[in-house]
Amino acid sequence: MRDRTAVVGIGTTEFAKQLESSERRLALEAIAAALDDAGIAPGEVDGMSCYSMESTEEIDVARNLGFGDVTYFGKVPYGGGAGCGVVGQAAMAVAAGQCSVAVAWRSRKRGARTSRPWAGVAQRVGGDQQRWTRPYGLLRPVDEIAVLTRRYMHTYGATRDHLANVALAARRHANANPAATMGHKVMTREDYLAARWISEPLCLFDNCLETDGACAVVITSAERARDLPQPPALIHSWAQSLPAQHQTMTNFFCDDPLRGPAWACADKLWSLSEVGPADVDVAQLYDAFSPLVLLSLEGYGFCERGEGGPFTDDGGIELGGRLPVNTSGGGMSEAYLHGFNLVVEAVRQVRGSSTNQVPDAEFSLVTSGEGVPTGAILFRRDG
Amino acid sequence: MHEGMLLPELDEESAPFFAYAAAGELRVQRCASCGTRRVPPRPMCHVCTSTDVEWELLSGRGRVWSFAIPHPPLLPAYAEVAPYNVVVVEAEEDPTIRFVGNLVLSADGPLDEVDPSSIRIGEAVRVVFSSPVDDGQGAVVLPRWVRDA
Repeated sequence: MRDRTAVVGIGTTEFAKQLESSERRLALEAIAAALDDAGIAPGEVDGMSCYSMESTEEIDVARNLGFGDVTYFGKVPYGGGAGCGVVGQAAMAVAAGQCSVAVAWRSRKRGARTSRPWAGVAQRVGGDQQRWTRPYGLLRPVDEIAVLTRRYMHTYGATRDHLANVALAARRHANANPAATMGHKVMTREDYLAARWISEPLCLFDNCLETDGACAVVITSAERARDLPQPPALIHSWAQSLPAQHQTMTNFFCDDPLRGPAWACADKLWSLSEVGPADVDVAQLYDAFSPLVLLSLEGYGFCERGEGGPFTDDGGIELGGRLPVNTSGGGMSEAYLHGFNLVVEAVRQVRGSSTNQVPDAEFSLVTSGEGVPTGAILFRRDG
Repeated sequence: MHEGMLLPELDEESAPFFAYAAAGELRVQRCASCGTRRVPPRPMCHVCTSTDVEWELLSGRGRVWSFAIPHPPLLPAYAEVAPYNVVVVEAEEDPTIRFVGNLVLSADGPLDEVDPSSIRIGEAVRVVFSSPVDDGQGAVVLPRWVRDA
């Protein structure tokens, strides 16, 4: 299905720590904006794709927006790992003829402390991910990633300065993006190093934001895309991976826990592409936690294994660097919507409309969560 | 060990592990057909699809593979003792067999008993077992780890 489908519309709500609107209203607002951007009437939508963690329901979204008869609908699991699969599966449905215009979205309210999953854990914990870890105080996603990060630093010599490079690049990009919730706040390396610990070796600024907001995209055929108002973001290739013997988040029980789902996803992605990592102009790498960016740089082949830290030195992942990463500010400084704002920014880069535009960007990569079953999309500018 | 700690929900696959722990033994599930070890325990062998299992007794010795030091915000019972350590220990018999736990000075000691700055990846540890913890749903014994001098 290489280059046969495209994202033709993008829509976002306001992003904030706390918004009045419900997740339902935010979803409707973002999808309506994406369809308006695409120049496609809601009645033409016949495909729907969302995260399994999405609280808004297909029937509700379709009825409110006035969709036609929907002939494809599907969901992708694993939270932050889902985003690229949500878009990719919708595109696959378009390419296969199961629908002609699909919308994909994520609406999420997480600003309120009570909305966080670890706020209300029962006394007994079950399931392979939690039973063997939670009783000992490995309670939050950040604790799970802290364990992997310390092992990574020990194995490869990565430092807190490398993690700081990720946080600082995101913040500098956000400072130029009026939609970024942290856009007005400057962060220095001293600020990073002085921040309180959350789970050593990770501090406050190694964590993504908690945000209320929604994003949506519209997908249709490349042929149709060429008659629409926006420059098409062709889906050159996409992939998902749930690697052999993987356990989500607490992946400590395998031969090589530092080799995460990104590696298998990258193998599939590049096998379906006409180009390789060296041809990518700009990347949005899932950043719930700063070390995931280092792991993704390695997994997707931008550097050798263990070289993710040094790759970020000397502005390596900032605008003008080796590979500009998370140019909207990403999950750490724009908004954290399970990585779906990264998809929107990847499309903007191909359109030429980012607030941190990489000149003449042709290939724009976006990835979903590392540490969980994941996905990736390589967008291509048309012509 | 303290009031408000989360306890594991026991099911068909996990119950034997904690029953052996209550008897003072660290055991790992192994396929009775082909011998492949698996952690966490689960119903089927990924090598031969057998559902027959046996439980192999381990020496209880291992090394710290990695660790985290959580700070608040945390569940209240854990926030009270934060910062504390959570270690991942690799078993002496097979470094890919790993257990999550706490490094303590005594079998029933609090989670923050060891100075976090003294913990090192690679240091030798051995298993000890807590006293039974009962939340009204049945007592559970948890494996814990002390330095193996």
